[in-house]
Amino acid sequence: MIVDLPSTTTAAVNRKMVELRERGGAVALGRVLTLVIVTDDGDPTEQAIEAANDASREHPCRVLVLARGIKRAAARLDAQIRVGGDAGASEVVVLRMYGPLADQGASVTVPLLLPDAPVVVWWPGEAPAVPADDPVGRLAQRRITDCAVARNPIKALAQRRASYAAGDTDLAWPRLTLWRGLLAAALDQPPHEDVTRVVVAGAADSPSTDLIAGWLAAKLDVPVTRNRADVEGGLESVRLVRRSGEVALARPDGKVGVLTQPGQPERRMALQRRPLRDCLSEELRRLDPDEIYQEALDALPRIRKGGGPARKITP
Amino acid sequence: MRSLTDEWTNPLRDPRDKRLPRIAGPCGLVIFGVTGDLSRKKLMPAVYDLANRGLLPPGFALVGFARRDWADQDFEEIVHESVRQYARTPFRETVWRQLAKGIRFVQGSFDDDDAFDRLAQCVHQLDEVRGTSGNHAFYLSIPPSAFPVVCKQLARAGLATQRGDQWRRVVIEKPFGHDLMSARELNAIVNDVFPEESVFRIDHYLGKETVQNILALRFANQLYEPIWNSNYVDHVQITMAEDVGVGGRAGYYDGIGAARDVIQNHLLQLLALTAIEEPVSFRPRELRGEKVKVLSATGLMEPLEQTTARGQYVAGWQGGQWVQGLLEEDGFAKDSKTETYAAITLEINTRRWAGVPWFLRTGKRLGRRVTEIAVMFKRAPHLPFDTTAAEELGQNALVVRVQPDEGVTTRFGSKVPGTSMEVRDVTMDFAYGHAFTESSPEAYERLLLDVLLGEPSLFPSNEEVELCWEILDPVLDFWESAGRPEPYPAGSWGPKSADQMLARTGRKWRRP
Repeated sequence: MIVDLPSTTTAAVNRKMVELRERGGAVALGRVLTLVIVTDDGDPTEQAIEAANDASREHPCRVLVLARGIKRAAARLDAQIRVGGDAGASEVVVLRMYGPLADQGASVTVPLLLPDAPVVVWWPGEAPAVPADDPVGRLAQRRITDCAVARNPIKALAQRRASYAAGDTDLAWPRLTLWRGLLAAALDQPPHEDVTRVVVAGAADSPSTDLIAGWLAAKLDVPVTRNRADVEGGLESVRLVRRSGEVALARPDGKVGVLTQPGQPERRMALQRRPLRDCLSEELRRLDPDEIYQEALDALPRIRKGGGPARKITP
Repeated sequence: MRSLTDEWTNPLRDPRDKRLPRIAGPCGLVIFGVTGDLSRKKLMPAVYDLANRGLLPPGFALVGFARRDWADQDFEEIVHESVRQYARTPFRETVWRQLAKGIRFVQGSFDDDDAFDRLAQCVHQLDEVRGTSGNHAFYLSIPPSAFPVVCKQLARAGLATQRGDQWRRVVIEKPFGHDLMSARELNAIVNDVFPEESVFRIDHYLGKETVQNILALRFANQLYEPIWNSNYVDHVQITMAEDVGVGGRAGYYDGIGAARDVIQNHLLQLLALTAIEEPVSFRPRELRGEKVKVLSATGLMEPLEQTTARGQYVAGWQGGQWVQGLLEEDGFAKDSKTETYAAITLEINTRRWAGVPWFLRTGKRLGRRVTEIAVMFKRAPHLPFDTTAAEELGQNALVVRVQPDEGVTTRFGSKVPGTSMEVRDVTMDFAYGHAFTESSPEAYERLLLDVLLGEPSLFPSNEEVELCWEILDPVLDFWESAGRPEPYPAGSWGPKSADQMLARTGRKWRRP
């Protein structure tokens, strides 16, 4: 069910939600957190809401969408409440803020937070320079950004590092989870030799490639070189050099991963870019500070820039 | 080379890194009985779902073994169909194509030496082509009567021997025997070929999220532990009710009956998890140790003619449909004594549980399909209300709803809105969001992955299985000598004797 409340206040939104629950029994399940999605007018808001609805099936939550509208207008708040089939296992409140109100997202958020439940804020588009200092970001235990959609993803990742505070995370990180799992599983197998050198390659503008290089540098404490690869986007390969040879995980076509190890047959598996909802679900699974992500960020300056084909211009 | 005592740790693994998924090492799975229902509806889809979640190792191989005259492609087609129909995660062509490359089929019967030699050859080839590295799990989705011959064949063809770092594991399904004697024989046969740590006995209930949540509910909270004992608990009811009959399953069910089919495994496991003391950690050894402790303290309350009940459904209206009775079902003898309903009373002789009766019941063709654990608390010792005010107040209860509608319900007294003080029962529900979703793994997925990882926590050990038979055997013997099961109409909640069984102690069954 979708209920529109044009030109309204948060008190009216709250009243309406209680009314909907009493009247229709349109109740969300025992909710575990409030997810605040901050977007600018013109961002693909619906896509983010859809991902949040999917994630809510694993983590029942209240979703507040703060859509910042045009600022040169009179202050106004339009709200839309979605419950039941239109909201997955969550309840979604879309709040469109115009005029001077557009910058006052926190004031609109506070009255609608679930009592005593953690708050997660997610910027599916451009994120503030210092998420932890953002008025909405300050309300949250967990702040999710996405370097990959920034105008300059590599710069954005550097900015994430500079502004890191406990509770920050970036979707470039869960996009690596399967890669990291496969690499760790490969090292589980004998021979248990030390890795002496690492080479990673990926698209010039792939923050995930930098981040996995950082993670490997932090964990293995060996020289890590980051090369550019001529691929559509994202991470292309990771090579762990050991005395007996190379453990290499590569994804030349962006779909199928190939694991090669000395003296063993090539092993293949599907290794596609993870869909947004899977990444978001993973982020919502744990809300404590992610020290491993922090270590990976901290190790970024230790990565050696290698060569590769000329920088591809991405549209 | 490092010495053996200097244990190697993987530098990429970090206990703080909670995102890192558990991906099994290189391995393959061989399924015996691929034409069966379980294999088509559960196992093969679970394999695909695991692949789709990225939890299977690169180069994973799936081998089917059956009598059908199929080529690899025919079997691939069967797997494809079952994945399309039953998988929980969306179908992705890339995932499927990679999985399909590792699918093989070996045709033969269990007594055919040649077929097992071909299987050995096939497995060996997979090690070379796919890189399964000599690690293989054998899933015996076949009747237990075939276990001895298959185990012997596996041993004969050299498939059961593990060399060096390689592993070979065997997965078996219930029934694990039909009494203590036969269970011991079965264990001996299997253990003759596979050492106990390589045997995984599947009880799919233990793979369910709600069942694992019993441990979280009990041991992660301060709220329940203080009242989780005989000072506060009046009794516990564990119910597994099914609305289906046993038509079409006569070959398996006739002579087995409800107690062996369900109480011996599922219900006693649920009892163990509800009753155990806090394990010092969740390591497999500790958890299994606690379960063994509580099961070894568990016994039947006597006299059995008053503390047990059994029944057999007769024709009746169930959920708007006329269904036939057990004796009319195909394949059952007209004088079959097989019980389709069984209820027993247990006591646990520990300080925590002394004096608390545990009522376990299960049945076919009951009112609806439901599995739940209801912990019923004692009444408050004194009620400071008028005698009429709290008349409607029942016992407080905590109910773990295992399936369907997974969750937890608490029942307590609350004021009836109005100007007078009256109290009645209300319920508070916690529901799992995942009930509607594919995002959390299905029981078989979880258990298959645990087999490939060699993680035995969720599998009952040999000792547990034998203890459960020790508990149940006296009832089975008693029923054997005590006439026929009592008829109950399909669609009801069981025979009258079951109600009397509780009424004698001043209690009654919850309507689940």
